[in-house]
Amino acid sequence: MIRTRFFLSCIALLLISLALLSLHSRHGKQVWITQELTPNRELVAHLALTDLALWTEARYTRHPALADFFAPFQDFPASFEHFPAGSIIAPHLPAVSTTLRVRRITDGSPQ
Amino acid sequence: MTRLLKILEYGLSSLARRKFKNFSIIAIYSFTIAALASILLLTHSLKEIAVNVLADGPDIVVQRLTGGRHDLIPANYTQGIEQLAGVGRVTPRIWGYYYDSLYQTNYTMLGVQQDMPQLEMVEGRMVVADGECTVGQGVATAQNAEIGNELLLINSAGIGSTCEITGMFKARSNLWTNDLILFTKDDLQRFFATPAGLATDITVEVFNPKEIPVVAQKIRQLFPDTRPVTINEILHTYESVFNWRSGMMLTIFASSLIAFSILAWDKATGISGEEKQEIGILKAIGWDTGDILALKFSEGSVISVTAFLLGIFFAYIHVFLLGAPLLVPVLKGWSVLFPPLHLVPYVNMYQIFTLGFLTIVPYMASTVIPSWKSAITDPESIMRG
Repeated sequence: MIRTRFFLSCIALLLISLALLSLHSRHGKQVWITQELTPNRELVAHLALTDLALWTEARYTRHPALADFFAPFQDFPASFEHFPAGSIIAPHLPAVSTTLRVRRITDGSPQ
Repeated sequence: MTRLLKILEYGLSSLARRKFKNFSIIAIYSFTIAALASILLLTHSLKEIAVNVLADGPDIVVQRLTGGRHDLIPANYTQGIEQLAGVGRVTPRIWGYYYDSLYQTNYTMLGVQQDMPQLEMVEGRMVVADGECTVGQGVATAQNAEIGNELLLINSAGIGSTCEITGMFKARSNLWTNDLILFTKDDLQRFFATPAGLATDITVEVFNPKEIPVVAQKIRQLFPDTRPVTINEILHTYESVFNWRSGMMLTIFASSLIAFSILAWDKATGISGEEKQEIGILKAIGWDTGDILALKFSEGSVISVTAFLLGIFFAYIHVFLLGAPLLVPVLKGWSVLFPPLHLVPYVNMYQIFTLGFLTIVPYMASTVIPSWKSAITDPESIMRG
């Protein structure tokens, strides 16, 4: 059973490592929430920021949330994308705005 | 239990006989899982950061559209919007982009009120007067500038204009401010030569978050040439940019899954003559079909579980401890001022379990099914080949 013991030890080692990484994740999140989330939210609130400063090459990649709906591929339909980030950003469809409203019926008639 | 352990021991010996082949499978398999998991971890972390921080962004941003494109908005629209019930502060904003041909970088410029409070994420002090600016780390690095230096920029009249750097955003806010330069509103209006009475867009505060869609609708009715962008739409953008179906995910996911499918297909289309012979011999010496299936199941589990755990382990280290160096070039594209990624280790266990299900189960199936086909065949005909 030497091989079985060796294999199970390796799996146990990997599981322990993943458990340690999970603790690292929890700790990292905690540190971010306590030390960085509030100042970053304060920054966003005061400066009215709407987007991540990740892709600075074009208007619609710098501010995807504020871009015109047709901004990517704007030269002509089915044209090749100018910027690599354009291939990374998925087109975002408007969120579904349908809502179900359930109301209590009083006196036999719906309110 | 002992029987299962013995079958596992035999399975491990059997795998050890084809060491090179099985180690190669584990290496490729874990690489595929590490690639898939890295993208999942990276995009999920960016999405969580964006959604958590942007929740405090403007409730509504009102843009004016002319000919279907974003245009400058009359600042007096604020008076009409302020009259709407439930609306708080309405602020016209001046902001825009600037291409620095010397360093070939794009900056985002934002005009702020002169009474802006000192923010924790700013080292030095915020702009309080014309001729001053606060810059992001990326801008400072590109310009090789420090607090107290002068920043030289060319205004829209083509004339050089300088501002004194009074503050710098801390590295911890890089994801938001890397390419940002703050000026006073008047200063930026002059810099861009924006006509008086016009603004880039208007931000609207709504007291009750549930009323945001209603207020947006009212603004649209009041000013039909505008497009109100609500905070929910902004958050929704980032949820879709970094979701499973985003372009990046799809591209790398598809190629990794194809690679994995080739691996699984190779296993599923048949087992080697040597393996068939082994099954025949085991049947001949008294192993029943159930034992052989348990053996093949244990072999498949050894490979897939080991590869899956290794893949997740390497993906976590790659993304959260090393800053995703293999994915950054893909993410970066042509962005010159791409901020260094210090990702918050957000892990979505649902995604990890889904990944496990999508990779372990097909591999196990492709290992067990061909073996089951051989195991139910007559041992003599298997051994004869």
